[in-house]
Amino acid sequence: MATLRTILRRLALLGVMLGGLVLITFTVSNVAPSDPAALAAGPDATRAMIETVRHEYGLDQSLPMQLARYVADLLRLRLGRSIQTGNQVADDLARFFPATMELVLLSMLFSVLAGVPMGLWAAVRRNSWFDHAMRALAVSGVALPAFWAALLLQLVFAVWLGWLPTSGQLSVATAPPDPITGMILLDALLRGQWAVFAEAARYAVLPAFVLALPSLAAIVRVNRAEMIEVLAADYVTAARAHGVAPRRVIGWLALRNAMLPTLAMIGLRFGWTLGSTVLVETVFDWPGIGLYAVNSAIASDFKPVMGVTLAVGVTFMLTNLLIDLAYGWLDPRTRSA
Amino acid sequence: MSGPLLEITGFRLAFDGYEGRAQVLNGIDLRVEQGETVGIVGETGCGKSVLARSILRLNPTPPARVLTGGIRFAGQDVLAMDGPALMALRGAGIGMVFQDPQTYLNPVFTIGSQLADVLRAHGLRGRAAIRARSLELLEAVRLPEPAALLRRYPHELSGGMRQRVLIAQALAGSPRLLLADEPTTALDVTIQGQVLALVADLVARFGLTLVLISHDLGVIGAICRRVVVMYAGSIVEDAPAEELFAHPRHPYTRGLLAAVPDLERPTQMPAGIPGSIPSLRDPPGGCRFHPRCDLTMDICRREAPRLSGTGHRTACHALAPNQDGYAQVRP
Amino acid sequence: MSAIAIPNRHAALLRRLRFVVWTFTASASAMAGLALVAAFLLLAAFGPALVPYPDDARGAMHLAQRLLPPSGAHWFGTDEMGCDILTRVVVGTRTSLWVGLTITGIAAAIGVPLGVAAGYLGGRARATIMRITDVFLAVPGLVLALAIVAALGPGILHGVVALSLVWWPGYVRLIEAKALTLRHEPYVEAARTMGAGHAWVLARHILPNCISPLVVKASMDMGLAILAAASLGFVGLGARPPAPEWGAMIAVARGYMPDWWWYSFFPGLFIFLTVLGFNLLGDGLRDMLDPRSARG
Repeated sequence: MATLRTILRRLALLGVMLGGLVLITFTVSNVAPSDPAALAAGPDATRAMIETVRHEYGLDQSLPMQLARYVADLLRLRLGRSIQTGNQVADDLARFFPATMELVLLSMLFSVLAGVPMGLWAAVRRNSWFDHAMRALAVSGVALPAFWAALLLQLVFAVWLGWLPTSGQLSVATAPPDPITGMILLDALLRGQWAVFAEAARYAVLPAFVLALPSLAAIVRVNRAEMIEVLAADYVTAARAHGVAPRRVIGWLALRNAMLPTLAMIGLRFGWTLGSTVLVETVFDWPGIGLYAVNSAIASDFKPVMGVTLAVGVTFMLTNLLIDLAYGWLDPRTRSA
Repeated sequence: MSGPLLEITGFRLAFDGYEGRAQVLNGIDLRVEQGETVGIVGETGCGKSVLARSILRLNPTPPARVLTGGIRFAGQDVLAMDGPALMALRGAGIGMVFQDPQTYLNPVFTIGSQLADVLRAHGLRGRAAIRARSLELLEAVRLPEPAALLRRYPHELSGGMRQRVLIAQALAGSPRLLLADEPTTALDVTIQGQVLALVADLVARFGLTLVLISHDLGVIGAICRRVVVMYAGSIVEDAPAEELFAHPRHPYTRGLLAAVPDLERPTQMPAGIPGSIPSLRDPPGGCRFHPRCDLTMDICRREAPRLSGTGHRTACHALAPNQDGYAQVRP
Repeated sequence: MSAIAIPNRHAALLRRLRFVVWTFTASASAMAGLALVAAFLLLAAFGPALVPYPDDARGAMHLAQRLLPPSGAHWFGTDEMGCDILTRVVVGTRTSLWVGLTITGIAAAIGVPLGVAAGYLGGRARATIMRITDVFLAVPGLVLALAIVAALGPGILHGVVALSLVWWPGYVRLIEAKALTLRHEPYVEAARTMGAGHAWVLARHILPNCISPLVVKASMDMGLAILAAASLGFVGLGARPPAPEWGAMIAVARGYMPDWWWYSFFPGLFIFLTVLGFNLLGDGLRDMLDPRSARG
């Protein structure tokens, strides 16, 4: 089975990439000019205490030994302790990660579900006012500073119009649903708590929209360009010549071909969206790993930042794996190759 | 119905581009009766493919623009058709076979799925019925192992097989007219003969009317009973095949025939036609062939000749218009 | 479409004509991009000399005129120190320019040689280089930059270093793909069979053909790098206030947000227009220099 072999090969590659990622975080940790032992021992530590910590943490051993320790710790999910929260980084990540994923998935869902039809329609109605509007959106959306757009939307929709809450994930008075996935929207849905779901949705609209806007623009742009190209392709002419209805030709036969590059773009944008949560969560006080990373980085609290980097890297790698597999499913030519 | 199956009258089509307007079809008059096999021959760029696409209204508008004239199929005005009528014309009235099977099959769908799409477009419903009809069509075009073929993708097939699939698609709507645009040009020479034989066979078996477009007189001579010669957007000669090959009248047709290498006299180099095809944006006045013609007279520069005669029609001033029949021009 | 024939004697003229007409139709947005970039460069060059309150650029205090709304005297209003926001935003142009140039320059300086090596040499060198590149691309740039800044400590210089270190893989990808296709071009293979050395082939065939895509990408990246540096400034890991850097200004302005909105509005608008300008310019350049790869 070619597909199984592809998956196995991709997984092996994933292993190599993970190794590379670990090497990067290890290197970054070791170029830190500040003395990690001094940092861990606390500000009032004596020299002797620092040396004890250094020995305890294995920081006096050779670099390869330290790397081996580092990898062994990672394998047991021991990412160290956060100075800021006082918790194990792994526990903090488990707590904050679902909120970030909720935001990322929501915004990707929106940008794909809106972006693909918008790009398609712009291509079909080429040079119409709608097409021009889409092209304007495509160039300006990507240039939009996410944090600035977040502030402006907050100002207009939360402060001036008062339609939506300013920040946070739920009001203080509302108890979040008992976690299943940790994503409040999904958990409220699964537990049938409609009022909580509605409230959480109101809180999620602005951050998800801000996060989605540049991806929406990019997806519109790619899908429009691809649809224009595909609609002029010979096989589309042939389908029309054989009497296949325009709706089917455009909405299925041509779209499926145009979706290939669009899918690649969706993968790229997923990574970008994951990275931009750092900015958007900061503006909206969204309790995810982006905010966690920023707060920790400002406090020179190093372990959580590395933990977030690893978590984000692994998530993005897995997403890319899924995208690759979907690509193979969509394009039979890559399957046999 | 007693009228012709396909009737094109005074059809003129232009492409509007930023470089100006190109008069691609310059007054086409053509009647095809039920059961005829007509070959349209001409050099690349003479407008024969555009003509074929015009019959199915496949030219994108803009840039294409119909200036004058009409196209009727089975008595119906093609140019006035609305969406549903047009979809019925495409496939159910006229089945079209394209030039390059490589690019005319969608690379991301299986053969079965692409056939099913066409069959559904013609009203067939039900998984089993569609499968049965698909197998029937693939067998009709003599493809081996049709059941396995349904699950395969275009890139897994050879060029000849792909072209057979395209022919099966063209037949899916049970058309009355088969419109084949250079169906063998992209194929290996050894495959060309097989595909041509298949087309001839299908035409005979299903009682189809055939319009075959090719730049290759040999291809047309093999299966068409009537030949139409096009030059720079106009029909210059229209005659029964045997008649045309034996007694070509128009100087262009004669040049075209002389350019075919003669296998029986391999030492004789085929003669070319001097000059090159004219720009359709800025065509020569009068007869569009006159700059390349060795019979050019004054009138040729002023006035475009009309296609005249019965049975054997030509558009040339040098052929005395009053003599019907077989006037030969001095060589 | 086989129906349109162009005689040879007209071909060259028509091609040139088509090119001019074509670039002209595409130029509305490209010209807008050029205008925005030109304005940005002019402000960076002469802005500090033209601004109404040069002292406000770096930490002057006018407590009597704190947080004034936009007016004739202060077009963009004043900040919490009473400094003229227009002055600070204009002076910030220069910071953004050198930030953009440095990041793009370092990224290209690292990425281009690696890309050429990978694409032209092929084999194991290519596998190794591309594998490393893939690892860097596997972490979203902003997150990796954040991690590096966290290790180095906050500050604009460290931010620029961090962003440069995460920015180069894009150039490797671009140049590698280009060099790979060029290596198999008939004219390159012909040159090789005629005994041309690697250096000559690189200098004569590979590098010149890489310049167009490089210019296009560099133009786009100028904007995106400025945006990324401002993002780091915004979360407090890049430039530190009171330095007149756009992202850092918005970070401070955020605290004055609902009531004194113009404080964050104008620096953000400048970021937006700058990035937009470089993007549009890049698009236009691509249409002009590399028409085959133009999409949309």
